[in-house]
Amino acid sequence: MSEAIDKGRRQLLTAATALTGAAGVAFAAVPFLASWKPSARAKALGAPVEIDISKLEPGAMLKIEWRGKPVLVVRRTPEMIERIGAHDGMLADPDSENSRQPDYAKNSARAIKPELLVLLGVCTHLGCLPQNRFAAGASADGVLTADWPGGFFCPCHGSKFDLSGRVYAGVPAPTNLEVPPYTFADDQHIVIGLDQAEDA
Amino acid sequence: MADPRPATVPASGRLARLGAWIDERFPMTELWNEHVGQYYAPKNFNFWYYFGSIALFVLALQIVTGIFLTMSYKPSATEAFGSVEYIMRDVEWGWLIRYLHSTGASAFFVVVYLHMFRALLYGSHRKPRELLWIFGVLIYLALMAEAFFGYLLPWGNMSYWGAQVIVSLFGTFPLIGDALIEWIRGDYFISDITLNRFFALHVVALPLVLIFLVVAHILALHEVGSNNPDGIEIKKTKGQDGHPVDGITFHPYYTVKDLFGLSVFLVIFAGVVFFAPEMGGLFLEAPNFEPANPLLTPEHIAPVWYFTPYYAILRAIPAFAGTQIWGVLALFAAVLLLFFVPWLDKSPVKSIRYRGPIYKTALMVFAANFIMLGYCGLKPAVAPFTTLSVIGTILYFAFFLAMPWYSRIDRTKPEPARVNS
Repeated sequence: MSEAIDKGRRQLLTAATALTGAAGVAFAAVPFLASWKPSARAKALGAPVEIDISKLEPGAMLKIEWRGKPVLVVRRTPEMIERIGAHDGMLADPDSENSRQPDYAKNSARAIKPELLVLLGVCTHLGCLPQNRFAAGASADGVLTADWPGGFFCPCHGSKFDLSGRVYAGVPAPTNLEVPPYTFADDQHIVIGLDQAEDA
Repeated sequence: MADPRPATVPASGRLARLGAWIDERFPMTELWNEHVGQYYAPKNFNFWYYFGSIALFVLALQIVTGIFLTMSYKPSATEAFGSVEYIMRDVEWGWLIRYLHSTGASAFFVVVYLHMFRALLYGSHRKPRELLWIFGVLIYLALMAEAFFGYLLPWGNMSYWGAQVIVSLFGTFPLIGDALIEWIRGDYFISDITLNRFFALHVVALPLVLIFLVVAHILALHEVGSNNPDGIEIKKTKGQDGHPVDGITFHPYYTVKDLFGLSVFLVIFAGVVFFAPEMGGLFLEAPNFEPANPLLTPEHIAPVWYFTPYYAILRAIPAFAGTQIWGVLALFAAVLLLFFVPWLDKSPVKSIRYRGPIYKTALMVFAANFIMLGYCGLKPAVAPFTTLSVIGTILYFAFFLAMPWYSRIDRTKPEPARVNS
């Protein structure tokens, strides 16, 4: 056996040891990183919720909590539904192409039934809760001007949405308010967190 | 006959023998000499050189007060807010410990901002101190993370919504955004689970990172030696003893000076703790006196004052192409640019004393602009603050990105060979 050090062999062994060690560290990191994902309990608590809408008056809004997020349920009046189509030119995404909603809510009313609007009350800018400013025209606090057709206003950074939760152009929020998955259990009850079946 | 027993060893002799005993087993004297007793610092340090040692003191204060707060605090969504009230009302001196900690957080940023400004003033980030500066920027980043995690813990409504806004920033990343924020929160919203992990990060993980980085920062400083208001290397002129002619040992000269600086700082600090711990809503915000409420956004969400310059930058960039990631990228870029300052600065001199009018103006405009951005970030996003934020953002980036040009063409004065005292 030669006394000379085989540097190539030593380098190969060092590299192989380091690689094996790195692979081990990567595998060992998985449980720690995965422990940050929602736990089984968190998932169970995020289950769908059923709400009774029989007492919701036309023009009124109901705010409930689902997965810690506010869900806004509005029973729109026929007059409010009429106002929706009149200002598509001022909107950033009138056809909801870049926004998030189930396919069954990808229409100008952004709803299964036009009279019932279901939205996540989470501004698509940075997650604040938009206020309902359904009355048309200028507001007393000056944030809304005379051409305001009614909708939602985010107090944090001034984003504006119409009566379908569609975002106006030129505000910080990039997309329309998200529509959560929901379905009608019967005429008086909706379930938030469960998708509408295909044949409905 | 004389007493055959040896005379009792004098106390100092005993101590010296104990010292020698330790030194054979642990480099106690060596460490002391290297970092304190025989560490030669330039003799011309001025007012701006107080903030490093004060920052070190505040770090120690935060750790000690933090340890005592954890003894009464409960990191759970149902108990956190109440346990803070309990600390304030029922724990003996609890109010003082908490106010020391909350005021300490703001004081930390005041001191660190002044410390960083000193570096820009005297070119302390320039060669050979680039790595020292990088460790410093890492400390600043760790400190921001530490402050952010800590701010959720009282579980007030501003804690909650502030965390909501900051965590949402990560949701703007394409494809992975949603999964990423779910992973950060560990839930579908900011919940008890999020609070519990932020607590672990705030009290264990980040303090360890901070201490490690501070040690690295000081080791790097003592390896290259301190800069000074003249921005010249004192190691170039050494006396016969091998020590810099313009250097004086850290102890006793700067230990005494820093103790004086610290006592002045403590007078001001105690004034705030005792008379204005909320600082008119700047240090402790009004909505945080209400418990967290996921269904009620405060009228106006503003982060704590030390984040507001970056918050103004975030808000200044509008969403386009269907995403608002641009503002988030600008926010991260604004902080990460700091890492490159040692290489962006092409001036032949380091100190403001020998720089020309362009850098002097640029630095003053930058400092004023940083404060203006901070003010805009505290205000709602309405005129004139929206316009001012855009102007401020442009000026902020221009200071760094145009630095390679304006620092080179500036009319500088020749540096002296020795420091002016």
